[in-house]
Amino acid sequence: MSEVLQIDFGGRDAAPVVGIDLGTTNSLVAFMDLTGPRIIPGADHGRLVPSVVHVGDEVLVGAAAQRMLIDDPARTVYSVKRLMGRGAADVADELKLFPFRVAEGSESILRLDLGGRTLTPPEISAMILRELKRNAEKALDKEIKQAVITVPAYFNDAQRQATKDAGRIAGLEVLRLVNEPTAASLAYGLDKRNEGIIAVYDLGGGTFDISILRLHDGIFEVLATNGDTHLGGDDIDNRLLKIALEDAASEWGQDLSHNGAFVQTVRRAVIEAKERLSFVPQTTIELAWDGRTYSRLLTREQFERLIRDIVDRTLGPCRECLKDAGLDVEQIDEVVMVGGSTRIPLVREAVANLFRTRPHTELDPDEVVALGAAVQAGILSGRVEDRLLLDVTPLSLGIETMGGVVSRLIHRNSTIPASATEVFTTAVDGQRNVLIHVVQGERELVKDCRSLARFDLKDIDPLPAGMARIEVRFLIDANGILNVTARDQRTGRENSVEVKPSYGLTDEQVEAMIRESFERAEEDLKERQVREARLEADTILAALEKARNDDAWLELGHIERAMIERAHNELMMVYCSDDYLLIRLHIEKLNTATMGLAEKMMNSAVRAALKGTKIE
Amino acid sequence: MAAPDYFEFLGLPRRLNLDAAELQRRFYALSRELHPDRFSRAPAAERERALSASAVLNDAYRTLRDPIARAEYALGGAGDTEQPPPELLEEVFEANEALADSDADEIAAAHRRFSALLAETDTSLPALFARYDEGEPAAADEIRAALARRRFLKKLVGRLENV
Repeated sequence: MSEVLQIDFGGRDAAPVVGIDLGTTNSLVAFMDLTGPRIIPGADHGRLVPSVVHVGDEVLVGAAAQRMLIDDPARTVYSVKRLMGRGAADVADELKLFPFRVAEGSESILRLDLGGRTLTPPEISAMILRELKRNAEKALDKEIKQAVITVPAYFNDAQRQATKDAGRIAGLEVLRLVNEPTAASLAYGLDKRNEGIIAVYDLGGGTFDISILRLHDGIFEVLATNGDTHLGGDDIDNRLLKIALEDAASEWGQDLSHNGAFVQTVRRAVIEAKERLSFVPQTTIELAWDGRTYSRLLTREQFERLIRDIVDRTLGPCRECLKDAGLDVEQIDEVVMVGGSTRIPLVREAVANLFRTRPHTELDPDEVVALGAAVQAGILSGRVEDRLLLDVTPLSLGIETMGGVVSRLIHRNSTIPASATEVFTTAVDGQRNVLIHVVQGERELVKDCRSLARFDLKDIDPLPAGMARIEVRFLIDANGILNVTARDQRTGRENSVEVKPSYGLTDEQVEAMIRESFERAEEDLKERQVREARLEADTILAALEKARNDDAWLELGHIERAMIERAHNELMMVYCSDDYLLIRLHIEKLNTATMGLAEKMMNSAVRAALKGTKIE
Repeated sequence: MAAPDYFEFLGLPRRLNLDAAELQRRFYALSRELHPDRFSRAPAAERERALSASAVLNDAYRTLRDPIARAEYALGGAGDTEQPPPELLEEVFEANEALADSDADEIAAAHRRFSALLAETDTSLPALFARYDEGEPAAADEIRAALARRRFLKKLVGRLENV
């Protein structure tokens, strides 16, 4: 009892921190309450918010946007997570399968053209985050300003930064980016073993992660992680989609693969068939289009043959991860399954074979990451004190040296925060700037690694070549994001560092987007208030029309009736204005004018009711 | 911003043969104290300090946990690793010949030979470390030479493997 009293479970002044799983297919928001982490349902009571955004006259998110995939595919975005932190050239192949288009001038920053509005992936993700934020605010009846957001463990710096940007644009301070498999282990670890080695296999809609952790007395120490940020259920869907499209084309003698609405109809049908095959040995891919029907039997055996290579692609990273952790398969005590794709029997079988143990599937694989994010939010807000996550950076960090060779500074699987210090100098007399090119990846040559950013060390004192000594500290923070600071060793003075991200938004661009989203939010709010005022006016006007037929109306004096008529006419006159305050003012006036009428109606209703009881 | 001494930071004696369990215990205890998670609602300056301190802690743990990295750190680097150790000059020359001629048998033989030498160097280290820990003045130089030899051999074995 006393233990419970010592813990602050969200007192009036404690601002709640929520945990968010911003997924490729679905997103969820969760919160830590008295009983532990729980999912906060959305407006339609669904626990999963489909990560789909429709950008029309108004922005729709979730199930409502999902319906627009067929009605208005060109302005409806799904799987936007696949585009986060990437350049247009990276995603050219992938975009062939999406109904939406890349906007002109996307060479440096990817933008999507959605029927007039061009938006970057972080802005679109921010729309999903804003929806989750609203859901949480409604459920907790408090403003939500801070969140923990999960990312695939194998996300690189640019992808992480893009996720953080999305949070900022949505008006959320991202207290921590936490890796999805690690978050899942927190949710699983709540009432489980206190000691041991666990592997988390996370196959989601668009990404695959494997993490191996050591659990020790509340500390969750990640030993190694590996993965593929472009491998997931989407790949399975796309394969089935391609086959079904070809099949339908040959059956109907007409190729509809360029019709966005048709492609989405087929996509829906193959996804449903895929999901059914996790529970039944065979099913039919069925759909109707333009008066025709398509129907195709698919057995689990055929399905498994089709997807086996995709499932096998997850096994290589698992072996690499074991090697990096310095462990043999026998040393893994438990395996935890995360992500919707782990419902597929073939996936479970492959994992069981590799790790020679039956994987855990007790928690809903779609919810476990969000639940873990809520636990991490609890840790950060001080509600959970006995647990601590020690995560690692998934990729090595290096700088470009002579001849395009990478000099590695921080190795992959280093516990974060991690840092490295290097001293730089100038090459010519009087040089004022030094440019450092930072890359991420495991290869020897810069061209084979992922360019992360160029850091421009400025205001170096003009000295003969080679005399300046600039000490640069590369620090990967607990979010897995790089921070660079520089100091002149001679003077001890800090040098300013300008960051030029290779893929992604500069700080200024994010600021501009935050401003724009605020302006839009104000516009949206105003629109909503006008709409609500009109709805209220509708209600009172309808009630008045009904009252005219009531006996009470006849009991009114002519002055009172005239006053009601005037208030009614005035409300009708302002009804179409977009000043919601004016509409509300006249609703109030009509309300006041009809007070006597309402009282009379009430009395007659009471009289009628009393009469009724007597008769019985 | 000068990094503190890793041994001191972890509160451990400056020894090359270190108690691994004790190291891990201290790492976990300090992590609980210093990790940024503990400071998420603290003022910015304090958060910065926690971030910096826990980066040092992790760097220290990573370095001291691995006996080779630990020795290199304690002795201030491994010395020259580009030049073959003088006693192996001739054999290295032959191995390079074999590589140049792509002579599979010779390469395999060289690989066996240098792998054995590498293993031998590794097994010699704990005794050398013990002599250093007991304060024998000559040990440091011997260890430096052994570490350089080890690095050189490792690289060479890697090259012989990748043919």
